[in-house]
Amino acid sequence: MNTLAVPPALEAEIDELISHYPQKRSASLMLLHALQEHFGWVSKEAVEWTARKLDLQPINIQELVTFYPMFRQTAAGRFQFKVCRTLSCALGGGHALHRQLCEKFGLDASKHGIQTTPDGRFSVEFVECLASCGTAPVMMVNEEFHQGVSPAKADEIVGGCR
Amino acid sequence: MANPPSFPPVPAAPSAETLSIKVDGRSIAVPKMMPDWQGRLQPTTMLQACQAAGVEVPHYCYHSKLPVAGNCRMCLVEFGTPMMGPDRKPVVEADGTPKIARSVLPYEPGTPRGAIACATPISPGMEIYPSSPATKQMREAVLESLLINHPLDCPICDQAGECKLQEYSVEHGQSSSQFVEPKVHKPKAVDLGPRIMLDDERCILCTRCIRFTKDLVGDDKLGIVNRGSYNTIAAFPGTRFDNNYTLNTVDLCPVGALTSKDFRFQMRVWFLKETSSVCTSCATGCNITLWSREGRIHRYTPRDNDAVNASWMCDQGRLNYRWIGREDRLREVVSQRPGGRTWNGALKAVATSLAAAKPGSVALVASARQTTEELFLLSQLAARLNAVTDSVPRQGEADGLLVNADRNPNMTGARITGIAGETPGARLKEIASGIANGTIRTLIVFGEDVTRVGIGAELLGKLETLVVSDILPNATTKMAHVLLPGCAHAEKRGTFINAKGRVQRFLKAVEPPGNARPEAEFLEELLALHAGAEAGHIRAFSMESLFNRMARELPGLSGIEWAKLGDGGAPAAV
Ligand code: SF4
Ligand code: SF4
Ligand code: FES
Ligand code: FES
Repeated sequence: MNTLAVPPALEAEIDELISHYPQKRSASLMLLHALQEHFGWVSKEAVEWTARKLDLQPINIQELVTFYPMFRQTAAGRFQFKVCRTLSCALGGGHALHRQLCEKFGLDASKHGIQTTPDGRFSVEFVECLASCGTAPVMMVNEEFHQGVSPAKADEIVGGCR
Repeated sequence: MANPPSFPPVPAAPSAETLSIKVDGRSIAVPKMMPDWQGRLQPTTMLQACQAAGVEVPHYCYHSKLPVAGNCRMCLVEFGTPMMGPDRKPVVEADGTPKIARSVLPYEPGTPRGAIACATPISPGMEIYPSSPATKQMREAVLESLLINHPLDCPICDQAGECKLQEYSVEHGQSSSQFVEPKVHKPKAVDLGPRIMLDDERCILCTRCIRFTKDLVGDDKLGIVNRGSYNTIAAFPGTRFDNNYTLNTVDLCPVGALTSKDFRFQMRVWFLKETSSVCTSCATGCNITLWSREGRIHRYTPRDNDAVNASWMCDQGRLNYRWIGREDRLREVVSQRPGGRTWNGALKAVATSLAAAKPGSVALVASARQTTEELFLLSQLAARLNAVTDSVPRQGEADGLLVNADRNPNMTGARITGIAGETPGARLKEIASGIANGTIRTLIVFGEDVTRVGIGAELLGKLETLVVSDILPNATTKMAHVLLPGCAHAEKRGTFINAKGRVQRFLKAVEPPGNARPEAEFLEELLALHAGAEAGHIRAFSMESLFNRMARELPGLSGIEWAKLGDGGAPAAV
């Protein structure tokens, strides 16, 4: 059965989230965000937990998790590199930045979706517009935002990840 | 659960109030309101209006018994509505007829804009153009888009011959595609549940299967995972699509995505003969079609009847057909009496011994799986012999949907013929003790193994005469002095009366094995022989006249005639 250990504080936060909606079901996405923020990804157990919490079937939640690419279905690295590839960044070197990071971490730049190093330290993925189009290319490393990321600056950022 | 209180819901009658519209230029008045999937009156849709006008609008996701989803776009049609002037009065043409504003794209007034017929209500004066060039173009575009990622593996697809994607492509599609990119590949041969196999590449994402299991069965098991052209029907990882109604999704699926494990790769459907019949596995009596070829039944599918089963049947009833073709079917007459192992000889021997039996020394047990006509003839025989009679109850659990707690198809028939009393099975004890104390010397058994209901082998051994008719061998048939091989419902004609008192007719699909004969036929002969008729002078059997005679004699069936029963049956006052 379910093995997801949701700490009481998180569960209290989730209960509070649910209370914002006239229908429990409407809180689905908020719950998934909260769980992903805590666990780093949305496991099968997290889907089942969410469904039970909201009186739904797991497939109802699975539909959402597989629809939105922002939900991770596998654990990501400790340092998550999100490289923008929307128009300005694509023109401004986003793809080169993505390739540089992949090569540095020994990942395959041509693969679709998020990739994580075997030691679980780094993951790299493309994302859509991060709303700083004038300073392309931009990326986020975990919650930190970096703009105008030249190759040298990228090396420096990677070097700072410990 | 979204289940309405009674299942299946009985559709309300369309409203008497009508709206005048035009379909392909033809004026027609259609009911303003028509029943929706739950049978409740809702504004009539363009699709329903076209159907009323006799014009078929192709559709995938729409099904009259499912909530409207409006996702496939196959039913797009061009239409127009009466033009209104600034004074909110209809604008008229020079000849006084109302001017029609064809629906067009707001940003491109030269281009017609269709609407999905399945979800768009009609309005007064509306004109629908199901045959217009614009409608045709929309259909072509939808079909082309549906085929973009389709694997086109039709030669090995089970749905071939009954695939809506093939049919509509032939009728409304075009022969070429503009698509040159590699196709998206999706899971194939997905083991969705114990009875269901899924080919995701063939799926057109109409969601009929999802809505059926969620909204009708109340088992919210299926969903669409992933996004865009990767959309895939799935159950949650580690769960199975397993309720007693899953096989209905195979019928519902317009393409070959959902297939029945029982039927897949067994037979090309165009070789099969269709026969109207009734399920025998419970007292609901779901209307079914038997699909057979060369004497073998290959599948059952539900047949529409809003008074009984709507468009559905349960998996258990659907798969309960293999016994008909079993190798060990009883096929020959067995008789230990003088006269030999022929029908004539055996029936004569039975007639003779019944004629010699003391009144009250005969008992009769007849299954509630026998037809009403057979039970009627048996009740006449019993009346002549002053025999005590009964049936054998089969109780299960009702599921709140189709399955009835009474697992006999015709206990109502057994009751109204008097074979069974108010409490079926209550007289079995009396019969057993009668045999034990020697008052009952002759036992006639039709279609039951009485050793399982308290009349064991030692009791049967005490009888002077044991006459048995059955389909498959059992402990009772083994002890019979005279054994008369009978027919499965698929091998004869007859009626069952369901739990609600509906008389339902089933027809013959295949020949019985060996020398087995329909019971009603040889029972009429037996009655005639018993009454002293000569073997060569018995009237030829006619199902029609037997049924009509029965209907005249049994209270509750009066006014019902075989010819008027039709495929949908008739309610009896029972
Ligand atoms: S599997 Fe069949 S019924 Fe279900 S969505 Fe796909 S095409 Fe429709
Ligand atoms: S509900 Fe009863 S009659 Fe209907 S298919 Fe199932 S067993 Fe047969
Ligand atoms: S395009 Fe990259 S931030 Fe907007
Ligand atoms: S039938 Fe699918 S949109 Fe109307």
